Amino acid sequence: MKFLDEFRDPKAARRLLAEIRRAARRPWTLMEVCGGQTHSLLRHGIDAELEGVVELIHGPGCPVCVTPLEAIDFARELSLRGGTMLASFGDMLRVPGSRGSLLDARAAGGHVRPVYSPVDAVELARRHPEMQVVFFAVGFETTTPTTALAVRQAAARGLENFSLLVAHVRVLPAMEAIAASEDCRVQGFLAAGHVCAVTGCEEYAPLVDRYRTPVVVTGFEPVDLLQGILKCVRLLESDRPQVANCYSRTARNSGNPTAQRLVSDVFEVCDRAWRGFGVIPQGGLRLRAEFRRFDALLRFGPASLPVLDTTQCRSGDVLAGRIKPTACASFGMLCTPDRPLGAPMVSSEGACAAYYRYGGTQTLHGAPRP
Amino acid sequence: MNNHPSSLSCPALSATDRERITLAHGEGGRLMRRLLHERIFPAIGGVGLQAGGDAAVLSQLAGEVVFTTDSFVVSPLFFPGGDIGKLCVFGTVNDLAVTGARPLWISLALIIEEGLDLEILDAVLQSIRMAASEAEVSVVTGDTKVVPRGAADGLFINTAGVGVLVSPRFVGPAGLQCGDELLVTGPIGQHGMAVMVAREQLELEPCPTSDCASLVPAVEALRRSEVPVVALRDATRGGVAAVLHEWAASCDCTLAVEEESIPVTPEVRGVCELLGLEPLCVANEGTMVVAVREGFGAAAAHALRSVPTARHAALIGRAQKKGLSPVLIQRGLGRYLPLDEPAGAPLPRIC
Repeated sequence: MKFLDEFRDPKAARRLLAEIRRAARRPWTLMEVCGGQTHSLLRHGIDAELEGVVELIHGPGCPVCVTPLEAIDFARELSLRGGTMLASFGDMLRVPGSRGSLLDARAAGGHVRPVYSPVDAVELARRHPEMQVVFFAVGFETTTPTTALAVRQAAARGLENFSLLVAHVRVLPAMEAIAASEDCRVQGFLAAGHVCAVTGCEEYAPLVDRYRTPVVVTGFEPVDLLQGILKCVRLLESDRPQVANCYSRTARNSGNPTAQRLVSDVFEVCDRAWRGFGVIPQGGLRLRAEFRRFDALLRFGPASLPVLDTTQCRSGDVLAGRIKPTACASFGMLCTPDRPLGAPMVSSEGACAAYYRYGGTQTLHGAPRP
Repeated sequence: MNNHPSSLSCPALSATDRERITLAHGEGGRLMRRLLHERIFPAIGGVGLQAGGDAAVLSQLAGEVVFTTDSFVVSPLFFPGGDIGKLCVFGTVNDLAVTGARPLWISLALIIEEGLDLEILDAVLQSIRMAASEAEVSVVTGDTKVVPRGAADGLFINTAGVGVLVSPRFVGPAGLQCGDELLVTGPIGQHGMAVMVAREQLELEPCPTSDCASLVPAVEALRRSEVPVVALRDATRGGVAAVLHEWAASCDCTLAVEEESIPVTPEVRGVCELLGLEPLCVANEGTMVVAVREGFGAAAAHALRSVPTARHAALIGRAQKKGLSPVLIQRGLGRYLPLDEPAGAPLPRIC
């Protein structure tokens, strides 16, 4: 299949692995920012191939995972109120809040609908004038443009029964928070290629300058990932921290200006709480004043029940790259994809799910699996 | 609604003009009798339905009896490569075939939602007739119920099937040994993706087509080849990965497969990539996993390829000494990695 086979070519991958081993004269620690990259690294066994050469720390790039419990609890509460329908992406519905997931709420009689696009939620609102439809808007810069489009459509149609629970987050401030933390072990970042397809690559330059950490825009297939790792290792070895684009077939340096405009027309930057990080300055987006009538928190809030956080789940530490999933005592025992304690065990981009599914190095070496 | 077979749409009739199922069709009176005598018996009576009786009286069998049942709730009712009618016959026939039986008789229970277009019912019945005649089974008994609008989704079908065990018996997955070879009878994941694409009305070119078919000819080809078969299983919900995990759990081996050897059509691969699904976990309806004794994989593949529905049969792996992971997959870089068991179906209501 074109654009896939060449980026999964075992010969090319093996050649790149050999080049990385040659280029690295000491072990390096890199963070792949996006959960999609984590899954691909583990699925193809790249982390294991590079053991002792490059350590890969898994980044926070799973939007479902960094959504705070408060937001999930509130969404659940809304779904159980008569006359309100909660719509979101499939992964989001399975993430446990402190009182259960949205799917649990549906089983208990809540109105919950999976949708593939925020625009589908607008359509739901149009078809169900008798219901208030709330779209639980999660996602990084890759998903924000479609949410912005949905808001514009709802405004154009004058829909009074559509609103958003906005949990959109921005990846760059999170990378800054990681780079600035005292216990940061990350020496180089593999930036999320699809986020950069929207935002472009230039906005990473101040981060590189401030922390002297190279940022390599990287794709998701094995050859993409290995090219990104090789470039990052070379930049580190030659002590030339800079922004490099190894995913130019998708991400242009200036990104996608149309999508950027769409987002900035509807949303503005705000501080936002991330699970595992606390409040990240400028870490999220909220609706601009002229669209704030679509804010579900203003329309229905605030939540009435307190959040019950669990101490058995260390997803916060996993998300911030402080521990590997297998270092959590609950991993694979109390917490499995069938009975997840935290979002990273649920999501198709979650690091814990990737370790469980593809058996990360540690798991293979004897950590118990049920 | 994409429940309507496009080949049957009639532009001269508006939606309100069409004849529809009403609750009265299920209430045992004149309307019900007409439904049975004018639509159901003529459509499938030819393959053995014993009109009028409350139960079928079946002839004595020379051998052990195999009995199975399955319910079908697929949405949409029609999808590329099949429909609920074809599915409800082959699904039950295949369960009998992979158990080692020759399928003989099936029952047919229809649960119809009030408002179903009678043309749709006719099309499904036609398809049941054709599938039953292809699989050489008789529909010998049945039932029809109508439920109020909203209590079902168009049409649900249950079939039960009876067959007679053919000797020699298959060993069964508990008898898998190190070295045994694993095959699939065709490209995987086609049914699940075809239903998904039809349901979501994704406009993809080319579009995946369901593999919905009878496995009887493939099982017979294996028997004729005299290859020592250990186990057979149609890889329905949960796909090939679910079968491998189930087998691994019942034997004392790890099952290892090579990604490169597993046939996947470009259409299925494309949709799976797009939606982030693993073809190994996607359902099939006419493709099975076969385990044969060491050294007989190539002969089994050769025998299977003589059957049109199994012409792409391929050797995909083998059983090896039990390790930490019950099922392993060798991906592009050459490393064997654990293959996870699908937690639940990635796609609901595909069969």
